[in-house]
Amino acid sequence: MNFPDDLKYTKEHEWLRIENDVAVVGITDYAQSELGDIVFIEFPEKGSSYSQNDSMGTIEAVKTVADLYAPVSGEVIEVNDELADTPESVNQDPYEKGWMVKIKMSNPSEVDALLDSAAYKEHVAEA
Amino acid sequence: MEKTPFYDVHTALGAKIVDFGGYAMPVQYTGIIDEHNRVRNRVGMFDVSHMGEVEVSGERAKEFVQYITLNDVNKLYEGRAQYSAMTYDDGGLIDDLLVYHLGDKYMLVINAANRDKDVSWIEKQAASFDSVSVNDKSDSIALIAVQGPKSGDVLQRLTDVDLSGIKFYHFESGKLAGIDMIISRTGYTGEYGFELYYHATQADNASVWNAIQEAGKPEDIGPAGLGARDTLRLEMGLLLYGNDMNEQISPLEAGLGWITKFDKGDFIGKDALLALKEKGIQRKITGLKIVDAKLSRRAIPRKGYPIMANGKQIGEVTSGTLSPTLQACIAMGYIDRDFAEEGREVAISVRGNNVAYVVTKPPFIRR
Repeated sequence: MNFPDDLKYTKEHEWLRIENDVAVVGITDYAQSELGDIVFIEFPEKGSSYSQNDSMGTIEAVKTVADLYAPVSGEVIEVNDELADTPESVNQDPYEKGWMVKIKMSNPSEVDALLDSAAYKEHVAEA
Repeated sequence: MEKTPFYDVHTALGAKIVDFGGYAMPVQYTGIIDEHNRVRNRVGMFDVSHMGEVEVSGERAKEFVQYITLNDVNKLYEGRAQYSAMTYDDGGLIDDLLVYHLGDKYMLVINAANRDKDVSWIEKQAASFDSVSVNDKSDSIALIAVQGPKSGDVLQRLTDVDLSGIKFYHFESGKLAGIDMIISRTGYTGEYGFELYYHATQADNASVWNAIQEAGKPEDIGPAGLGARDTLRLEMGLLLYGNDMNEQISPLEAGLGWITKFDKGDFIGKDALLALKEKGIQRKITGLKIVDAKLSRRAIPRKGYPIMANGKQIGEVTSGTLSPTLQACIAMGYIDRDFAEEGREVAISVRGNNVAYVVTKPPFIRR
C-alpha cells in the first residue's frame, strides 16, 4: 500500500497536501481499499466552513457508507466535481485524481499535529 | 478466526480478508462490481467452505430430519436437494439450510455463523431419537461454488459426469478434477451454476481451485468474494440469515410459507406457526426498489434504515445495496402488512432524508 512521503495523514484515514494555507484533502489508499467500490461522494457546499473533525460529507461504497471528516478547520473553497461521474477514481488513484476537497485553513497550526507518512503507516499496521 | 482450505489461495490472489461468521473470508479480490458482473455475464468461483455440513444417518434419519425441518423430506430422493429451515417451538427461525439426500444419509448445509447453535440444537433433538447419529463434517469439507452462464462449459472440461443432465436442485456424485465430489446444481446467485463439495483432506486443495481456474481461462473465469455474493443474492431476493432472518422472525413473515409444509406430519414449531397463520402476520418481508434511479448512488439503503409511510415508521431495512445490474438501489425489509402490497410507494430514510421506494416482489432481475 502506498502512503506518499510528501503528504500529511489523519487517524480517520484522510490525506492532506498542504499548499500554503490550502489543504487538498482525500482518503488514503488504505481507506479506499477498506471501503471497496466507491460509487458516490456527497460533498460539502462550496463556501461552507467546518471545524476540525466535523463530518463534512459522505462516501458511499457498494458495501458500506463512511463519513468524510474535516481534517483541519477552515472553508471549503473547491470540491472535485469530476468524481460525480468517475467516483472510481478514488479507488484507482486516491492521491491524484481522487482528491475530494480543498480547504482554506483558518488555523494552519493544526497541521503540526497531523501524522506523517511513517506514523500513519504504523497506525494502519495497528488497525 | 478459522481458515478455510483455500485461505492461502485467497491471500496469494490479493483478496481483502474479513471475519465472516468466525471465518477469515475473502470479501473481494478486484472489486465487488467487477466480480458481480463476471458472474452475471460469464463465470466466477467462490470459496464457500465456511458453510457447515452436518450429516444425519441411522434408521430413523428421515423421520428425524422431517421433524426438525420445515420442508417435506418425503419429496427427496437420492440425488435431490431441497431448501428448508429449522424453527424453535415458538416458530422463530433457527437457520435456513439445504437438505441433501445422499442415499444412506442426509446432509444439512447450514450457515457458518450458526454452526455451533445449529449443531447443539440438532444433537439435543437427536437425543430423544434412538438410532439417529449426527456428525458435524464442516471442518473436513471444502465447498467451491462455480456460478455464471459459462459455469457448465468450464466444469465439463474437468469431469466425465454429464453436467447438462443435472437439473436445478439435483446433484451427482462423481470425479471432477480427479477428486470425488458432490456436484450440485445449486447456488446463491440466481445464475446457472454448481456447488462442489469434497473432503478437504483428499488432495491438495489449491490443485482443485487451480484446475478450475485453468479450465476457465477461455471464459475469463475469476474468483468472487462475499461482497459480490451478497449483491448477487440480493438482486434475486434471496434471504441471508442474520440480516433478513433471525430467531424473532417466523418463516411466514420471512416469505418462507412455501417451504413450511403443515400437511407433512409433526415438526418442531408446527403448532406455533399454525396459530400464527390462523391469526395472520403483522409484518412481512418485502422487496423495495428506488423510484428515481438517478438518486441511487447517493441513497444506498443499509441494514437498519427506517422504512416510512405517512410520516411514521412502518418497517426497517434488513439488506440493501446498489444493484450492479440495474444501477438502481434495491432493498429487503420487514414492513407493516398494511403497506406491503406490490406497487405501493413508501420511503426509506437515508440519514434523515426520505427517498421514495416502491414495494416490489423479488427477484429484482429476471434470469
